[in-house]
Amino acid sequence: MAYSEKVLDHYNNPRNIGSLPKDDPNVGTGIVGAPECGDVMKLQIRVAAESGVIEEARFKTFGCGSAIASSSLATEWLKGKTIDEALTIKNTDIVEELSLPPVKIHCSVLAEDAIKAALADYQNKAQRPQTAVAQA
Amino acid sequence: MKPIYMDNHATTPVDPRVLEAMIPYFTEEFGNAASRSHPWGWRAEEAVEKARKQIADLVGADPREIIFTSGATESDNLAIIGAAHMYREKGNHIITCNIEHKAVLDTCKYLEGQGFEVTYLSVGTDGLVTIDQIREAITDKTILVTLMAANNEIGVVQPVAEIGALCHQKGILFHTDAAQAVGRIPIDVDKQSIDVMSMSAHKMYGPKGIGALYVRRKKPRVRLEAIIHGGGHERGMRSGTLNVPSIVGFGKAAEIARTEMDLENKRLLGLRQRLHARLSEALNEVFVNGSAEHRLPNNLNMSFAYVEGESLLMGLNKDVALSSGSACTSATLEPSYVLKALGVGDDLAHSSLRFGLGRFNTEEEVDRVADLVIKNVQRLREMSPLYEMVKEGVDLKSVQWATH
Repeated sequence: MAYSEKVLDHYNNPRNIGSLPKDDPNVGTGIVGAPECGDVMKLQIRVAAESGVIEEARFKTFGCGSAIASSSLATEWLKGKTIDEALTIKNTDIVEELSLPPVKIHCSVLAEDAIKAALADYQNKAQRPQTAVAQA
Repeated sequence: MKPIYMDNHATTPVDPRVLEAMIPYFTEEFGNAASRSHPWGWRAEEAVEKARKQIADLVGADPREIIFTSGATESDNLAIIGAAHMYREKGNHIITCNIEHKAVLDTCKYLEGQGFEVTYLSVGTDGLVTIDQIREAITDKTILVTLMAANNEIGVVQPVAEIGALCHQKGILFHTDAAQAVGRIPIDVDKQSIDVMSMSAHKMYGPKGIGALYVRRKKPRVRLEAIIHGGGHERGMRSGTLNVPSIVGFGKAAEIARTEMDLENKRLLGLRQRLHARLSEALNEVFVNGSAEHRLPNNLNMSFAYVEGESLLMGLNKDVALSSGSACTSATLEPSYVLKALGVGDDLAHSSLRFGLGRFNTEEEVDRVADLVIKNVQRLREMSPLYEMVKEGVDLKSVQWATH
């Protein structure tokens, strides 16, 4: 199977690898997938309190090259977006940008799920910041 | 630097000595081995008979017991379907196991559709079947036991001689798919009581598209119903004009394997041990899949926890050719059924690499491959959320994964 140039580029030079403190009230964390399925993505965002803009995004992925590329691309796209803008990112956009073949579409779906999970986690914390801090 | 080929279970390069032997049979000696009326035909037939003997000598057979086919897949089909159809009146039960090659498993599935019953023995965590398992599975309807000599993914070598002895004692035919074994480890059809055996040239430095089936002529005389009809070549079991150049190459490959096997195996075992030692010294949480003891000398199959196999190959494949049991490298999106049959968890099956050492690999190549694998595993572990969680003390088994 040949990989697209963009998949190779993200695989060889992944953007925004790493972790943010998951207990920080301004950080949202999404972990999706399962080791048995061969891919797990952890995607994190840090949202600027005043502007509501995503100022940082990080990922770690266990999965094939396309899964790594999908999550790497997702972190690039998330930076600078508001929560509402971020919610509009669709897996089909990722498929198109990375030229993913049909067997790799699930990687893009997983990346969209990870984005949604990270955003939801952030929003849950924002609604109950006291509780979140108390638990941490 | 030149890329390294270390996927010799998939296929092997043609040995230059094999190619040299083949070349005249494309242009000068192009005769049809079935032509009885002129010297071109006679010389082609002579070349085929020489190759038949070279192959027979490698496995302790009589040349008349070697039937040429297009490869091990066809040989498996002819052996299993041919025996099932021929001995249908004796019974309808076949015994095999769950880590066989698809050429055997799919053929058995096909026969199930025709009313045959198939028992798929489950191998142990070492990848081996036991004699007791086979003994217990045998019924008065059993006509065939088909078990591979050596596995193509994990290289485990089944107790062929013991299986053969049991089958002969019970009067049941024993077929073995020996595509990975012949030319790599000593095989003797008499000592191991093999009745029918599939072989392939391209796994032993011969050309692709040529294989053979050993079919025992005495004690017992095995008869197989042909699948391919037309002309009655190869004792009526496999019609079709013989592929003379490839047969000549197969014969030469068999001769080289027979004369060089002992030396080559010592060398390959040394390389395998070196590779394993380097990897397991540098990396934690790596596991060898399948029996370490009953194993082809050139095979190493390892899982590298917390790293997915295809992404590992992606980092390696410009420098070294390997394969993985990861789902992402298969069309089915399922991890290797062989590793699953061993009870290797799906997560570790996704994390496996198969190293298939070969005649042309060197110690320098082994060292380079070890360095590359270590570097890539370390890089991907830094990228792996699983590795991070384990370092934080999370038990991955206790996590509620959001499956998709």
